[in-house]
Amino acid sequence: MNGGLRQLWASVADHDRRLGWVMLGPAIVYIVAFIGVPFVLAVLLSFSNATVGNPTIHHFVGLHNFIEVIHQPQFLTGLENSLLVTFVTLAVLLVLATIEVELLARPFRFKRLVQTLLILPWAMPVALAAIAWLWLLDSQFSPLDWIFRQIHVLGPGGIFGPSMHFYYLGRTGLALASIIALNVWRMLPLAVIIVLAGRLSIPQELFDQAEIDGAGLFRTLFRITIPALTPVLIVAVLFTGLLVFGDMAIVNLLTSGGPGNSTQVLPYWAFLQGINGGDLGAGAAVALFLLPVLLAVAVFALHFAYRSRED
Amino acid sequence: MARILRTGSFYLGLFLCSLFAIFPGIWMVISIFKKSSDLYSTGHNPFLYHPGPTLSHAIYLFTQTHFPTFVLNSAIIGGCVVGITILLAVPAAYALARLTGHWGERSGMVLFLVYLIPPSLLFLPMYQLVSFLGLANTIWGLAIVYPTITVPFCTWLLLGFFRSVPRELDEAAMIDGCSRFRAFLRIVLPLTLPGIAACIVFAFSLQLSDYIYAATFVTSSSAMTISFGVPTELIRGDVFFWQGLMAADAVVSIPLMLAYGLLFDKLVAGFQSAETAAAGG
Repeated sequence: MNGGLRQLWASVADHDRRLGWVMLGPAIVYIVAFIGVPFVLAVLLSFSNATVGNPTIHHFVGLHNFIEVIHQPQFLTGLENSLLVTFVTLAVLLVLATIEVELLARPFRFKRLVQTLLILPWAMPVALAAIAWLWLLDSQFSPLDWIFRQIHVLGPGGIFGPSMHFYYLGRTGLALASIIALNVWRMLPLAVIIVLAGRLSIPQELFDQAEIDGAGLFRTLFRITIPALTPVLIVAVLFTGLLVFGDMAIVNLLTSGGPGNSTQVLPYWAFLQGINGGDLGAGAAVALFLLPVLLAVAVFALHFAYRSRED
Repeated sequence: MARILRTGSFYLGLFLCSLFAIFPGIWMVISIFKKSSDLYSTGHNPFLYHPGPTLSHAIYLFTQTHFPTFVLNSAIIGGCVVGITILLAVPAAYALARLTGHWGERSGMVLFLVYLIPPSLLFLPMYQLVSFLGLANTIWGLAIVYPTITVPFCTWLLLGFFRSVPRELDEAAMIDGCSRFRAFLRIVLPLTLPGIAACIVFAFSLQLSDYIYAATFVTSSSAMTISFGVPTELIRGDVFFWQGLMAADAVVSIPLMLAYGLLFDKLVAGFQSAETAAAGG
């Protein structure tokens, strides 16, 4: 390599770095200003006595907000429900996503149509999905209740009769189950897409070999498919889990935390405290409890995903 | 026999999955056209019409409510968010994939973590920030905040697309005398158009899906988005305009479903390349 060429390469490399910062700069400035700054403010806010009426941070009140919110019974219910809803949703999602991916990994007629139908729950904005379910689970006019009456689960002589209605959102257990069902419904398409991407990357030879060896459907599933899918299943859990954990729209619109405060979740409680209650400090303190859980899940899942890739 | 059983259970599985996904949608669409006397009676089959269907509630939604305003607001905000997202994310992703070296290659995880910071953690300081900028209770406040959701995610997604383009292509163009930036515009960008298209759909639907920021910043009908306006304005206390609510739901959801359906394979491909990139970086 002669000197002129080397000089040319060096100048290009130099240029690259400069161009790199120019192209990256705007995104970094935006992310620092609108995610970095609020992130720091979120922490500062939780130690301050700021309110909606007086939103600037003037006085720091130490751990006052945290001590106050921990002593609220709604906070503990919210924490418990947030964890319960997230874990149960993820458990159901993993099973359903694995099954659905196995179905979609095969060619069949009208695949496009089926894919379009399957993706509906995720395409719907979450608030609109919650409204659709609110009507689906209506205490008086739920079509599910009508179906259950037809098959004699409800109504006179039914297993859960003689009541004509389940009152899905009126009882704590059923209301939580409804919130979980809506979360599963909404997140399943996203989980399926992530897992399907991983499933299609598994070399076909592995399956051919298993078939030659005479391995059955379940043997292939548990010996080949699921181990190979572990990294993407973790990515799916990470994605959907954090979306479920951080969501407040479903609880807000479906149950408003009721009956009583029995279906309260952390993000909605933070919203009620901070915006409806006007106490920004207390709201920020509640919201900050999302942080350690989110970080723990993210670090654990990413670490695990990378490690199992290397094996 | 075993083969028939297997095929049968395959199609049964597909049918049950599809039914689970669209059942609330079926009920939604049926409800739009029901007369109130029909909707609020428990005797007969709720999936049929007695008496026949009506369009009056759908017409009411578009003529007597603020729904058209919400649609317009969401479209304007969506346009801004998509524009900001593409302008910020496309160059950033290319820079990270090609220009910033080792540091850039490891940025995928950082971007992912930024995307994972949930709005429910940031909405209160964001309220302060938007108030400070004087944009509270306006659609511009939302338009400037929503890219916080879309930019990290779209950059992460595009990173996979840019990495799947062989480096030799832009290097060959540069040897032919193109500058680095020209090689990016002329050679790499056209090859990543599917990724950019996916980002546009994602950015638009992610901003459409937001509820918490709109609920935090906005109080007047004139600045409400679809996601916040529909549940807030069309439910008054205990009075639910169910047919109107379902019509609003369907008008927004069905086009989104078709767009996502068309992009299904592209989305899978996007995650495939992103996953490969994650494994490599």
